[in-house]
Amino acid sequence: MSGTRISARFDRLKSENRSGLVTFITAGDPDRGTSQSILDALPEAGADLIELGMPFSDPMADGPAIQASSLRALKNGANMKQTLEMVASFRKNDGQTPVILMGYYNPIHAYGPEKFMADAKRAGVDGLIVVDLPPEETELRQPVEAAGLDFIYLTAPTTGDDRLPHVVEHAGGFVYYVSITGITGTKSAKAGAVETAVERIRRHTGLPIAVGFGIRTPAQAAEIGKFADAVVVGSALVSRIEENLNGDGPAAACRDAVLGLVRDLAGGLKS
Amino acid sequence: MTKPNTYQRGPDSDGHFGIYGGRYVAETLMPLILDVERAYDEARNDPAFRAELSSYLTSYVGRPTPLYLAERLTEQLGGARIYFKREDLNHTGAHKINNCMGQILLAKRMGKRRIIAETGAGQHGVATATVCALFGLECVVYMGEVDIERQAPNVFRMKMLGAEVRPVTSGSGTLKDAMNDALRDWVATVDDTYYLIGTVAGPHPYPTMVRDYQSVIGEETKTQINEIEGRNPDTLLACIGGGSNAIGMFHPFLDDDGVRIIAVEASGEGIETGRHAASLTAGEPGVLHGNRTYLLQDGDGQITEAHSISAGLDYPGIGPEHAWLHDIGRVEYVSIRDDEAVDAFQLCTEAEGIIPALESAHAVAHAAKIAPDLPPDHLMVINMSGRGDKDLESVGAYLKARGS
Ligand SMILES: Cc1ncc(COP(=O)(O)O)c(C=O)c1O
Repeated sequence: MSGTRISARFDRLKSENRSGLVTFITAGDPDRGTSQSILDALPEAGADLIELGMPFSDPMADGPAIQASSLRALKNGANMKQTLEMVASFRKNDGQTPVILMGYYNPIHAYGPEKFMADAKRAGVDGLIVVDLPPEETELRQPVEAAGLDFIYLTAPTTGDDRLPHVVEHAGGFVYYVSITGITGTKSAKAGAVETAVERIRRHTGLPIAVGFGIRTPAQAAEIGKFADAVVVGSALVSRIEENLNGDGPAAACRDAVLGLVRDLAGGLKS
Repeated sequence: MTKPNTYQRGPDSDGHFGIYGGRYVAETLMPLILDVERAYDEARNDPAFRAELSSYLTSYVGRPTPLYLAERLTEQLGGARIYFKREDLNHTGAHKINNCMGQILLAKRMGKRRIIAETGAGQHGVATATVCALFGLECVVYMGEVDIERQAPNVFRMKMLGAEVRPVTSGSGTLKDAMNDALRDWVATVDDTYYLIGTVAGPHPYPTMVRDYQSVIGEETKTQINEIEGRNPDTLLACIGGGSNAIGMFHPFLDDDGVRIIAVEASGEGIETGRHAASLTAGEPGVLHGNRTYLLQDGDGQITEAHSISAGLDYPGIGPEHAWLHDIGRVEYVSIRDDEAVDAFQLCTEAEGIIPALESAHAVAHAAKIAPDLPPDHLMVINMSGRGDKDLESVGAYLKARGS
């Protein structure tokens, strides 16, 4: 039963013969209400899958944009319980769009892994990306499986062919290819190199492959979407929040700016 | 928990000390960390590498450092017989260079051209900049902007040595944030860069490797005290930031049953104020910077800021081996407040003519608490992890604010 929403979504993308758009926002950024209004509107704007960041005080793999977004959320009272509540609220009106929680291990550790997985499943979460948990650290594998969630592993340009089988062995849902050596939102990879890497990963797994880190514009998304099963955009979206915080009616401005970019990205992928 | 046959064998092959340690890093770094581990294992078993390291430790660092009987301090405290292990006499003024010398030779062996490091007090940054100058390697040191202010002399030293000091403004602008930014740098520069971690933290193999390079402190101490006194010490004392000077002093003695081992954390303004850096006394197990250990954190798993007058102890975690030694009960972990450390700084300076680093002053402060109740034949060794020149300004400001 695991990963039903995720695999159903990739099946549909395949039948529509297009690459999917995965949007990343941080739960509770800049505040719960605004963040919920963005989350709820993402599918209609063109998101095929949703990555929801779990705010953490020390996001070591993230660049300035997502660091700032995490801190905004935490400052306004975000926590793990609220993140799950946001998913549950989203699920009241959307039973189809996969939601993947992405973050770091310590908040899950503090929550209690078993309890967290069970609560996440109940809230309507489909999968989990834990950035600082490589396949060598196996402790979440059992709780994730018990709850019926997909554990999505990251692969990187540094992940050699000798290591890839080990990384994808326990992967569920899809494989996430980090297209640059670097933190989020800082540089962009050349499409040719990414294509070669995606082909290399395909030789090791039948799972769909999503490409992220460093994709900011509709043109870049369209280019990567030619060969990847999905493209992930994060820093560019959360930067829209930062840019619209100080005007009049920031909640609506942030929402409209994020959703506007999501529409453009989705348009790029469909054309 | 049952007592193991030995406390010295750890970690297991994946870097776990009991449930602590491990390798909690992003996939991009994982292959690099495995490379470092492989290279370290090879180097450790290569007699030529060991000979080269030993030669630099002697002729460049100035080892062995003396074991010094602090007679006036002993007399003033009126109890245990107190020795200092003089790591403050190392080149660059602290124990940090023992580790830097080992790791820089490893980095060279791995063919790396660029070295990055994090620093709190600046002692590790200075030691790193020094060995980079020695071998002509590029050096970038990440340092929290708060620390840049309170350890200005060390910032100047690093720059003179040719290092670039990058101020870290994220988070609390102290050591943990410097480590975050160093890790972020490393993810982006994997090809030519070596991350020279300054304490027994980070992912495996760092906690083990740094411990091994610092164990020269305890090994020398064991030989020296046996030469001078004909026996092992009764008590060992060391301060704890990440825990490298402490584990270096302790590790060779862990299986010596009669030796009482005490590590001193910084309780800042007091545990009850919440403004402290006592991860073992007041933290909970969690995962940060590549390993599982005790951390200062809130109920949601967000890391909280550490506070200590001493920049080198201002870290919300502790090396994973210490977490294990704590749980298993082999080492006692106590804590000392800012005011007590400053008092000990003055006591040591006036009684012995030795200005201790504020970090080391925490160990002296605990000695001052327990030594008076111990008999004169009780042998106590304090690890004088560094010298205090870098702290004169901080201490001056503190004393002025206190009106003394
Ligand atoms: C003199 C001195 N002692 C102790 C420490 C604390 O580090 P550790 O616990 O790794 O020995 C530092 C760190 O900067 C230091 O400079």
